[in-house]
Amino acid sequence: MKLAYWMYAGPAHIGTLRIASSFNNVHAIMHAPLGDDYFVNVMKSMLERDRDFAPVTASVVDRHVLARGSQEKVINNITRKDQEEKPDLVVLTPTCTSSILQEDLKNFVDRASFDSLADIILADVNHYRVNELQASDKTLLQIVSFYLEKAKSSDQLKILKTRKPSVNIIGTVSLGFHNHHDLLELKRLFLDLDIQINLVIPDGISVHELKKIPQAWFNFIPYREVGGLTASYLKQDFNMPFVDIVPMGILQISKCIHAIQEILIDLGNSVDYSSYIKNQTQFVSQSAWFSRSIDCQNLTGKKAVVFGDATHASAITKILSSEMSIKVVWSGTYCINDAVWFKEQVQDHCDQVVISDDHTLVADLIAETDPNAIFGTQMERHIGKRLNIPCGVISSPVHIQNFPLSYRPFLGYEGTNQIADLIYNSFTLGMEDHLLEIFGGHDTSDSKNSTLSSISSDLWVDEALEELTKIPGFVRNKIKKNTEKFAHENNLKQITLETMYLAKEANQS
Amino acid sequence: MTFIKQTQNNQDLTFECETGNYHTFCPISCVSWLYQKIEDSFFLVIGTKTCGYFLQNAMGVMIFAEPRYAMAELEEGDISAQLNDYEELKRLCLQIKQDRQPSVIFWIGTCTTEIIKMDLEGIAPKLESEINIPIVVARANGLDYAFTQGEDTVLAALAHRCPKKEQVNMSISQKHEPLIIFGSLPNSVAKQLTLDLESQGIHVTGWLPSSNYIDLPIINSGNYVVGVNPFLSRTATTLMRRRKTKLIVAPFPIGPDGTSAWIEKICNVLNLKPKGIKQREKKIWSSLIEYTELLKGKSVFFMGDNLLEVSLARFLIACGMVVYEIGIPYMDKRYQKAELDLLEKTCIKMDVMMPKIVEKPDNYNQLDRIKDLKPDLVITGMAHANPLEARGVNTKWSVEFTFSPIHGFTNSRDVLELVTRPLRRNSSLPNLDFVEKI
Repeated sequence: MKLAYWMYAGPAHIGTLRIASSFNNVHAIMHAPLGDDYFVNVMKSMLERDRDFAPVTASVVDRHVLARGSQEKVINNITRKDQEEKPDLVVLTPTCTSSILQEDLKNFVDRASFDSLADIILADVNHYRVNELQASDKTLLQIVSFYLEKAKSSDQLKILKTRKPSVNIIGTVSLGFHNHHDLLELKRLFLDLDIQINLVIPDGISVHELKKIPQAWFNFIPYREVGGLTASYLKQDFNMPFVDIVPMGILQISKCIHAIQEILIDLGNSVDYSSYIKNQTQFVSQSAWFSRSIDCQNLTGKKAVVFGDATHASAITKILSSEMSIKVVWSGTYCINDAVWFKEQVQDHCDQVVISDDHTLVADLIAETDPNAIFGTQMERHIGKRLNIPCGVISSPVHIQNFPLSYRPFLGYEGTNQIADLIYNSFTLGMEDHLLEIFGGHDTSDSKNSTLSSISSDLWVDEALEELTKIPGFVRNKIKKNTEKFAHENNLKQITLETMYLAKEANQS
Repeated sequence: MTFIKQTQNNQDLTFECETGNYHTFCPISCVSWLYQKIEDSFFLVIGTKTCGYFLQNAMGVMIFAEPRYAMAELEEGDISAQLNDYEELKRLCLQIKQDRQPSVIFWIGTCTTEIIKMDLEGIAPKLESEINIPIVVARANGLDYAFTQGEDTVLAALAHRCPKKEQVNMSISQKHEPLIIFGSLPNSVAKQLTLDLESQGIHVTGWLPSSNYIDLPIINSGNYVVGVNPFLSRTATTLMRRRKTKLIVAPFPIGPDGTSAWIEKICNVLNLKPKGIKQREKKIWSSLIEYTELLKGKSVFFMGDNLLEVSLARFLIACGMVVYEIGIPYMDKRYQKAELDLLEKTCIKMDVMMPKIVEKPDNYNQLDRIKDLKPDLVITGMAHANPLEARGVNTKWSVEFTFSPIHGFTNSRDVLELVTRPLRRNSSLPNLDFVEKI
């Protein structure tokens, strides 16, 4: 048993459901007690503000099921959904509760297949060994290989490559962090590179299209967490090369496009993308110019910490250190299963690598480090709030505000602009920072304990009060508070101009 | 004025039972309001990652406020009994004792502890004496219960812990047997109801739960008990059978009609003559007129997920609405008897059709019926709210009724504030059609 208050990655069936609900016309049936259908139903409807009913039904496990087994219940539920919704595929999804029951779900799947038009598969994930992200990777592989094997055995596999270079984008899923915006940006990138998009998997496609996978020249895996297994399988069984460099940040995008270029050249299509990269970097992305500008200069040597999933935490770490000269004190991920890869990615870009899924440890580390800004998940944002440190949210788990209506990709050249804004806005603005230095420095941790209220202005002599009003509004309160605290600590009955300066000095030392 | 579709002219309430394929919150969600209510408690949910993820997401920002709850997350070794339950729980509870010093630890049993038959009730007393903190076990799992019934299991367990005392002095002002009210309400709401009763000369001996575990009310056999919420049937049963109390079966104090009926019933049972209740009710109604005008003649459909449905439907019918269907997870006809009677009476008084009560509803079928009936308002869970809105159906998220103060005279306005919100939104966005999905 483990005492846990918070988890970064959800249980396995969530991953399976995210994959299933990403496809078009795939229905998931959860073998689960009442209430377990919470995530996809509610989260999809709420976080993604989905206009359609989530294609997830529960085959409810109740007392009767405990006593007698599911018997016909699961099968009836499958065949009923088959008739009602006419899905192409039904994914029977065990949950951690139902997996202990050790019912022969495979048998239900086989029997239901006789009476259903839909294909039926049983999601094959161990709920006590893998988390949400690993499960989604596995389920995607399971569905893709199921349909490729099926096509192979019925001789329907389309292996003839497209005439022009083409790509499959694998791994954009529902409820993914800014996934839909990223997908648009990737489509734009490939359009610019004159590469056709063969399939986007699984987002919004029909399972019947999967047989066209081998027609693409290569596969592209934008995220580390989902799609890797599928890409390796396609490499092994269909000899399809893949690129899995996350195109996040100027330098990474350029590396990624070069890798694509090499693959195309290998396949006999000689392309040269260097002028494209140069053009985009200089004119479309503002981020390279931002690095040069004096705004960014002010960020030099500022301390930041990074925490999130492997994809986002590693990419943001690299951007901070290599593109903005910000000092990343430590960088970490909760994707424990991918620790080796993560370390390799970030070790040259930060002082320390943290691998943990314990948020209290992360909180302690943040408090200890006392960075100027945090880049993390919603949990780090709240830790930041407590410690009065600004935080930019760069990774799941997220809240509804991380499903913005406006266009906010993290990938591609537009993504670099978004990220530059996010980073810049997270640090205290340069001018504000400067003024704080002049009038009393950062003592956020102390001032929290101060109970002095702002009503105590009768302490102030007119002269000092007048000086106070000259200080720009957004730092005035802070300086007022600092000065009052100083007066209080030193038992001063009145605040004069002199007191103000003394307070300033005291705060600087 | 909307045209009301008269499906059938029922003379009596009809009860149906469907498949139980409906969406609701897992009963462990009761932790989120009970840990706030019982201020010296700590809730330990013994379950899996699934339970934890649900709580983490359902509680929203509360989770960041260092709540007095945690998961005892079961690992593979716990499931296969390679680890000793007793030792594991002892280790965690000692840590909780050290970090938080609660006066009581609640163990919330889940589906998994049921299936692996972890003997929580057996372990608790032993551990309790060993670590010297009361441990109360409640099995609030999704195998047996829905949403608010979680509170019922916790209060039923808590009822056993209420102290018993020799009746030394039938205290000075006491003109009636002691009365204990059960059901968790925000302190301010509990206070309001207490005052309302006091103005009738009724002294409330205590509330179950109290705002601190150490202040649990004394319950003796022969005492009167009355519920404030329709989902507390186990608690009522426990109080009657195990604590030998007398249950006052009354409608629930939701809406001015419900509140006045609740108070009246208590007065009647205690042989007191109600004073000025009808006038009070009338006054509240007249203050609600701006809302009731909006609701008059509109139709509503309850998909059912929190067991407040019958009381809310009765209140809304009294406001002039027509109720097509009352979906409800579980219907205890004995515990809710007075409420059902009042519902029937209200329908007759308002001259509207008797609604159909559908126990263990099937959400899929319900969506079909909603499509046919085209109600003006559907009260439903979040899973269906946005998709229904996209189809031009007004919805109100049912969970809000659980978390808002809705009891008593004063809070009747809050209920109607919630119910009319989509209707008021529509009148302020008259061109809303542009977003509808056909």
